[in-house]
Amino acid sequence: MDAANYLYLSALLFTIGAVGVVVRRNAIVVFMCIELMLNAANLAFVTFSRINGDLNGQVVAFFTMVVAACEVVVGLAIIVTIYRSRRSASVDDASLLKR
Amino acid sequence: MTTSNSLVYLIALPLLGATILLLAGRRADKWGHILGTLMSASSFGVGLYQLSQMLGRSNEARPVTQKLFEWISVGTFNVDAGLLLDQLSICFVLLITGVGTLIHIYSISYMSHDHDRRRFFAYLNLFIAAMLLLVLGNSYLNLYVGWEGVGLASYLLIGFWNQKPAYATASKKAFVMNRIGDMGLSFAIMIAFATIGTVSFEGIKEHAHHTSTGALTAIGIMLLVAATGKSAQFPLQAWLGDAMAGPTPVSALIHAATMVIAGVYLITRSNFIFDAAPTAQLLVVIVGAITLLFGALIGTAKDDIKKALAASTMSQIGYMILGAGLGPVGYAFAIMHLLTHGFFKAGMFLGAGSVMHGMNDEVNMRKYGALRKFMPITFVTFGLGYLAILGVPPFAGFYSKDMIIETAFNSGGTKGIILGVVTLLGAGITAFYMTRVMILTFTGKSRWDAEAHPHESPILMWLPMAILAVGSVSSGFLLSRGDALVNWLAPLFEQHGEHEELLAPIVVSGLALAMVAIGVVVAFLKYSRQEVAAVAPENVSVFTKIARQDLMQDSFNEAVFMRPGQLLTSALVKTDEHVIDGAVRGVAQLALGSGSVLRGVQSGFVRSYAALILIGAALLIAAIWVVI
Repeated sequence: MDAANYLYLSALLFTIGAVGVVVRRNAIVVFMCIELMLNAANLAFVTFSRINGDLNGQVVAFFTMVVAACEVVVGLAIIVTIYRSRRSASVDDASLLKR
Repeated sequence: MTTSNSLVYLIALPLLGATILLLAGRRADKWGHILGTLMSASSFGVGLYQLSQMLGRSNEARPVTQKLFEWISVGTFNVDAGLLLDQLSICFVLLITGVGTLIHIYSISYMSHDHDRRRFFAYLNLFIAAMLLLVLGNSYLNLYVGWEGVGLASYLLIGFWNQKPAYATASKKAFVMNRIGDMGLSFAIMIAFATIGTVSFEGIKEHAHHTSTGALTAIGIMLLVAATGKSAQFPLQAWLGDAMAGPTPVSALIHAATMVIAGVYLITRSNFIFDAAPTAQLLVVIVGAITLLFGALIGTAKDDIKKALAASTMSQIGYMILGAGLGPVGYAFAIMHLLTHGFFKAGMFLGAGSVMHGMNDEVNMRKYGALRKFMPITFVTFGLGYLAILGVPPFAGFYSKDMIIETAFNSGGTKGIILGVVTLLGAGITAFYMTRVMILTFTGKSRWDAEAHPHESPILMWLPMAILAVGSVSSGFLLSRGDALVNWLAPLFEQHGEHEELLAPIVVSGLALAMVAIGVVVAFLKYSRQEVAAVAPENVSVFTKIARQDLMQDSFNEAVFMRPGQLLTSALVKTDEHVIDGAVRGVAQLALGSGSVLRGVQSGFVRSYAALILIGAALLIAAIWVVI
């Protein structure tokens, strides 16, 4: 199977994630879309690793997973806190920082 | 050279008097005038003591020095605060303290009705102290301290009655015009330091002969500018007339014993510079010649007795500056005229004060007349001063002024003839306006205001006038007997060869007396044979009008310096406001404006930020794509 197909899939997943971040209001969904983009990037790294025949891409994928895990911890904590104080998980409502 | 520890008392005594009188406040009102007079008199006593010591020594040992303290010591540049009393400065010291003390005595009575008399005496003492420091300093830097002190004291005294705005303005005018001269002196000091490396008289005298003529000329011209400021010479003469705003004793002090003689002192003291810089010396002569005619012409049109005398001072100082500009032959005669002038001009100013005292402070001579009978002592003392300034033998002015005229004629070539004619002409005009003052004030019919009750002044006022009158009569004869003053001063100046004489002394005296006689006769015909109007006539020739306005000196200064100066100032203020402040405010406005525009982007919506990041990333990738 042609390795390029994995890259196409990766691009597709990234696009879905990006559109999701821009379009959806619910913070949880936005968060999931960000995870989707990260994983699309992981897929691309692993594919490049396969194409080049070395392990560099795979190592970077591990790093990405660690970062994603940390991000989930911090991000979910923020979302939960905002939800507790404002009774809403919409990202558009939390626009008070501009003032 | 001899050293002495007592020189400092000359300055310290009047300075102490000024300090006590200023600090003691109202407590000193009862005895302040006595203390001030005593301090001045004791300074005169120290001066006399120094003279007696000096007379007992040989020529070389006569100059006395005293080092006070080390003032500036930077690398190889050393200035000590030191005093130097030599044959030249002793003349000034005795004139300043002697005439100064007489003026102090006169002021006790003249200012007795003024509730600020103590402050007046404090300033008088300060004036004497500053002037003494000026003539005793052993370097230009020390002289400069006294020079500035004189400027300050004159400002305080001219504006003594500063409750009248016009008087306060007059003192400011004197101060500002003097500052221009002061700039000249400071430039001269800077040039001397830069080119010669020292500022002491002795040091510069030593190095003068191997310094470039250009540098010496520059120093000389700057010193001349300084002298024109303090001595009210052309073109910085305009303050002198307005300086009459001060009480009359101040006018006497400024015009006879201090202040205006500072310029003559400066030029005579700097003889080693001017002798080596002929261009600067020629300028000195030209300034003197212009001023002596300038002052004399103003004098002919003034109805204010003090302003007429002020114009005459300007003219007489012109004679001295001219004499000092003639080089080694002229210095001694300039000093001689300065000393005789000190006597007769102080006497006449005090006489004018006495007349004002008896006439309710009226200064307009057209409202005087016939005062001879009511003020006999004032008339006699003023009259002796009048004969002295005219140069009638054997009064003082005859000896001193004739010598300057003679030296001017004999200075050689066309220059000599021009200068001789100018000085002769000046003598004639002087005779005219001084006769006018005499006739208008003391003779003819009375033209007084109804409330005037002229009376003779008290003894404290006429005694100084009488002493000065004795000086007006005898000083010229005493100073020129056996060339006493010339020989006394000779060691200080470069010796000069014999000059060929264009005119014999007797011819010069004859010519001068003829000019004086013409001046007197013209004044007599014009003011004694005809009625004098109590109000100055308006339908006069254009020349009289110009002379009444001081030969347009104020209009000239206003048109050429003041108005362009004001324009420049307002232009600079506008530039400051619009260009410099504008630039600063513009930067702030730019930051504020761009901030408020860019703030619109910061919507606070996370999704729009994300979209912008996405678009940015896409554009970046596209750009990289295109480039690669």
